[in-house]
Amino acid sequence: MTANPAFTWNLIEDITQLFEYPFMVNALRAGTLVALVAGLMGWFMVLRRQTFAGHTLAVVSFPGASAAILLGVSASYGYFAFAVGAAIVFAVLAPTGGRGRSEESAIVGTVQAFALALGFLFISLTHRNITGAQSILFGSFLGITTGQVAVLAVSTILVLAVLGLIARPLLFASFDPDVAAARGVPVRLLSVVFLLLLGVTAAEASQITGALLIFALLVLPAATAERLTSRPGLSVLVTVLVALVVTWVSLALSYYNNYPIGFHITSLAFGAYVLASVWQAMARKLDPVVQAR
Amino acid sequence: MNAPGVRTRTEAGPENADPTTPAVVFRHASAHWGSRIIWEDVNAEIQRGEFVAILGPNGVGKSTLVKAVLGLFPLSSGEVEVLGGPPGKANPRIGYLPQRRHFDPGARIRGIDVVRLGLDGDRWGFPLPGFGKFNRRHREADARVRAVIEMVGATAFAGRPIGQISGGEQQRLLIAQALVREPELLVLDEPLDSLDLPNQAASAALLARVSKEAGVTVLLVAHNVNPILSYLDRVIYLAKGGVASGTPEEVITQETLTRLYGTPIEVFRTNDGHLVVVGQPEAPHGDVHAHMMRP
Repeated sequence: MTANPAFTWNLIEDITQLFEYPFMVNALRAGTLVALVAGLMGWFMVLRRQTFAGHTLAVVSFPGASAAILLGVSASYGYFAFAVGAAIVFAVLAPTGGRGRSEESAIVGTVQAFALALGFLFISLTHRNITGAQSILFGSFLGITTGQVAVLAVSTILVLAVLGLIARPLLFASFDPDVAAARGVPVRLLSVVFLLLLGVTAAEASQITGALLIFALLVLPAATAERLTSRPGLSVLVTVLVALVVTWVSLALSYYNNYPIGFHITSLAFGAYVLASVWQAMARKLDPVVQAR
Repeated sequence: MNAPGVRTRTEAGPENADPTTPAVVFRHASAHWGSRIIWEDVNAEIQRGEFVAILGPNGVGKSTLVKAVLGLFPLSSGEVEVLGGPPGKANPRIGYLPQRRHFDPGARIRGIDVVRLGLDGDRWGFPLPGFGKFNRRHREADARVRAVIEMVGATAFAGRPIGQISGGEQQRLLIAQALVREPELLVLDEPLDSLDLPNQAASAALLARVSKEAGVTVLLVAHNVNPILSYLDRVIYLAKGGVASGTPEEVITQETLTRLYGTPIEVFRTNDGHLVVVGQPEAPHGDVHAHMMRP
C-alpha cells in the first residue's frame, strides 16, 4: 500500500485519513454504488430463490475479466459482456422464472462449470501469474479509477431505474406467478428483465467483491433482513442499510489491516446474518402465537 | 341446458357490464388437446350471483374448463361468453384463485401483503413507504384490504408471515386476495383440495356467505361434491361419460351420475334434506389423502 496507515483510537482522525487518498475515495464511491445495487437486487433474488443463478452470473465474470485481459481491453467490458451474455442464456433456456425449478438449476450449474473452465483457460493463455486470477476471484478495491466509478454509477442508475419501475409487479410475479399472470402481469418478460438486471449487477459487484464472494453482498443483506421482518418495505430498507454499513466498514478495515476486501465484506455480512438468525429464534421463542401451535 | 330459451342478443362488446347478462354461458363448447377430446358439447348458463361447482373426478378437464372461462385455453368449437363478452376480456372483473398454491414456510411476506398485491400488484412502480398516509387513494386501498380481510375472518392472522400460518388460514387470505377488487365473478380451482375436513366445510361456508353478501357469482372446481353440495345453485358435472349441467336436483341423481361415471353411484338424502353422493370412483390420489393432509 502506498500509504502507511496506522489505526488510532481517534475515530474522527481515522475517518478523515480514509478520505485523504483519491484511490480510497474512489473505493468508497464504488463500494457505495455496489452496495446499493447489490442489496436491492439481492432482495428480489433471495425472494425469487435465484441465488444460484446470481452466483453463477458472478462466476462468469471470471472468464469475462480474464478474456478482457487476454484481449487487452478493460476488464469492465469483460465483466459486463459475460454476465449479461449468461443472463440471456438463462432467460432463453430456463423456461420459467417462478420457483421450484430443478431444470433451471441444471442449466445454471452447467454454465457455471463451463465458465470456471474457460476462466482458467484464459488466465493460462495470458501467461500471467496467478495473482491476476486471485484479484478477479476475490476482489480488490485498490486502483479503482474515476472512469470505473463513472461506469458503475451509470449502470447502478440504470439498474435501479428499471428495478423501480418493475418492483411491484415483480414482487407479485415472484410470489404468485399464476395469479399475477391472470391479472395481466407479464410474468415471463419480468423474469427475463430481472435476469438481465441481475447479470449487470453481478458484473458490477464482482469487480469489488470478486467473482467468488459476490454471495456476500447479493445474498447476505437480503437474507439478514428476511430474518428480521416480513414487511416488504422495511425489509428492503434493512437490506440496503446492512449492505452499505458492511461495505463501508469493510473498506475501512481493509485500509488499515490490508486483508482482502472480500474477506471483510463476507465475514461482516455473515456476522450480521448470524445475529439476525439469533434474534429471529429468540423472537419466535417469545411469540405466544407460535408457542400455541 | 339453456333454461330461459336461446338468447337473441347480438354480439356484445367486451365493455358490456350489463348485470342482467348471465355470468357465464357455454354453448356447445368443446376442447381438444391435440387430437384428444377433453370435453365436448358443454352447455350451461350460470346466472349472476349463483354458486356453481364444476364437479367430476380428476383428469376430466375441470381446470381446462376454468381456463376456457379465463380465456387461457382456446375452445376448439362452440363458444363461451363471460360477463357478457368473449373470455379473457372480462378478466379484470374476475377474481381467480388457481389450484392450490403452497407458500413455503420460509416465505417472508405477510398475509396482508398478499391481499394487497391482489389489489394493485399489477401496477408499475413501487409504493414509497410512509407516504401512504397522506394519499387518499392509498388510504382507500388500505381500508379496502382491511375490509376484505375482515370479511373472510382473517384479521387475527393477516399480519403474520404467510408461510407460518395453517393451510386453512392461508386459504382464507387467498380468497380475500381474489375478492379484494370486488370482482363480479369469483373463479376458484380446487379451493378445498388439501384442506382438512373442518377447513373444507368452513371454506365452503365462507364462499357461500361471500357469494350472498357481496353478490358475487362463484364458480368453483371440486372433485368431492359433499362439502359444498348444500350450497350449490347449479352444477356442471364432467366425467369420462360426458357432461351434465343443471341444478343439483336435476344432475345429482343416481341415474345421471351412474351414466357419467359408468359405474354404480348412489345418492342419498339425509334427514335434513342434504344430498350425499357415495361411490364416486376416486382418482389415484383421491380424497382420502386430501382429507388427511396438512394441518
